[in-house]
Amino acid sequence: MDNFTFGITMLVCGMGGTILILWIMSLVMGFLGKLFPEKPAKKEA
Amino acid sequence: MADAIINGLGGLTVGFQMLAVDWRNTVMLLVGFVLLYLGIKKDCEPLLLVPIGFGCILANIPLSDVMSQEGFIRALYDAGIATELFPLLIFVGIGAMTDFGPVLAQPSTFLLGAAGQFGIFLTLLLALALGFPQLDAVAIGIIGACDGPTAIYVTSKYAPHLLGAVSVAAYSYMSLVPILQPPIMRLLTTKVERETAMKPVAKPVSKTTKMLFPLVITILGGVIAPKGLPLLGTIMLGNLMRESGVVSRLTKASENEIANVVTLFLGLCIGATMVGSAFIKTQTLIILALGLVAICLDTVCGVLMGKVMRVMTGGKVNPLIGAAGISAFPMAARVVQREGAKWNKKSYLLMHAMGANAGGQVGSVIAAAVMLSVLAGMGIIR
Repeated sequence: MDNFTFGITMLVCGMGGTILILWIMSLVMGFLGKLFPEKPAKKEA
Repeated sequence: MADAIINGLGGLTVGFQMLAVDWRNTVMLLVGFVLLYLGIKKDCEPLLLVPIGFGCILANIPLSDVMSQEGFIRALYDAGIATELFPLLIFVGIGAMTDFGPVLAQPSTFLLGAAGQFGIFLTLLLALALGFPQLDAVAIGIIGACDGPTAIYVTSKYAPHLLGAVSVAAYSYMSLVPILQPPIMRLLTTKVERETAMKPVAKPVSKTTKMLFPLVITILGGVIAPKGLPLLGTIMLGNLMRESGVVSRLTKASENEIANVVTLFLGLCIGATMVGSAFIKTQTLIILALGLVAICLDTVCGVLMGKVMRVMTGGKVNPLIGAAGISAFPMAARVVQREGAKWNKKSYLLMHAMGANAGGQVGSVIAAAVMLSVLAGMGIIR
């Protein structure tokens, strides 16, 4: 494989893959944050 | 008898003769001293630069056998670098030390962590353009992860002959982040942008979410980029131990004893790879220059992503926080806070920048994992 093809493939798939995974992570963690919200500490009686 | 005495004395002077024969060892001894000076006097990453500097001195003393087949550093190298064990153990410690709460409180900052990895791939292109072989270019690009263990893991696996140069570049530039980033941040932003005060992060993150995070990222990242699973798995194991709170002995051991011992061995091994004959080349200078470019490009892309987010949120985001989307944690976040406060004393960007910075920590590991899996997919590595 020539260097140009290699470099562009790495840029597109590598950077694209990184952005994709982190974008999915942001969605999943945003969803989990809503699903399991921090509960306020119970006041002592 | 006189001959025997002369020969005996010759044995004591042969080291000096060798120093005179190969000037490169002398230069590397000086490099070792410079690294020690930076670590001890200037407080630049002393935990690494001190063992690296001393390892460099040990390996460059003429007739030194520390890296020969029977040498003690060779034994450490074979056990921990050749097997990739040391960087992975360091990752367990990093995971145990890192609070990913700020990025979980505002998950959109994961994208700033992604933008901060652009430098890796752009530098890879530059290295290819300069004629480096493909796997060498990958190792050089990974300096842009701003993440020492990741750089060491990838380089030791696919370009071990570049280990010294890549490691020194990665750790040296990481410690130069406070000097390198502010001029780029100022250059790419307007005064109005820099003065933007952001609303404080008020949303707390539940313990359940914090515990699910390492599991989700390990499974999701591991399925998409399985070649990087050792990197992802170890950092997330450390983080799960931290957040679960039930294995405090293991957490403390990971972030203290294990990380300290491995850091010492890792530094010695890296320093010992910096032997004059292998290190003093034009190629090393080019690698150091490309490493600098990589970290500057990370900052540029992070700030540009910050500007994009500012436009998308109608001006609510201060683009300076994009500069924190690299792995130098928490140094980059502190730089952003300091820079923001310079322009607006009421601006408190630290928590936002910490989110981007934690995103950058994850982003650098993900980028390396993706890179390795793409290389495997192309059949370049197994």
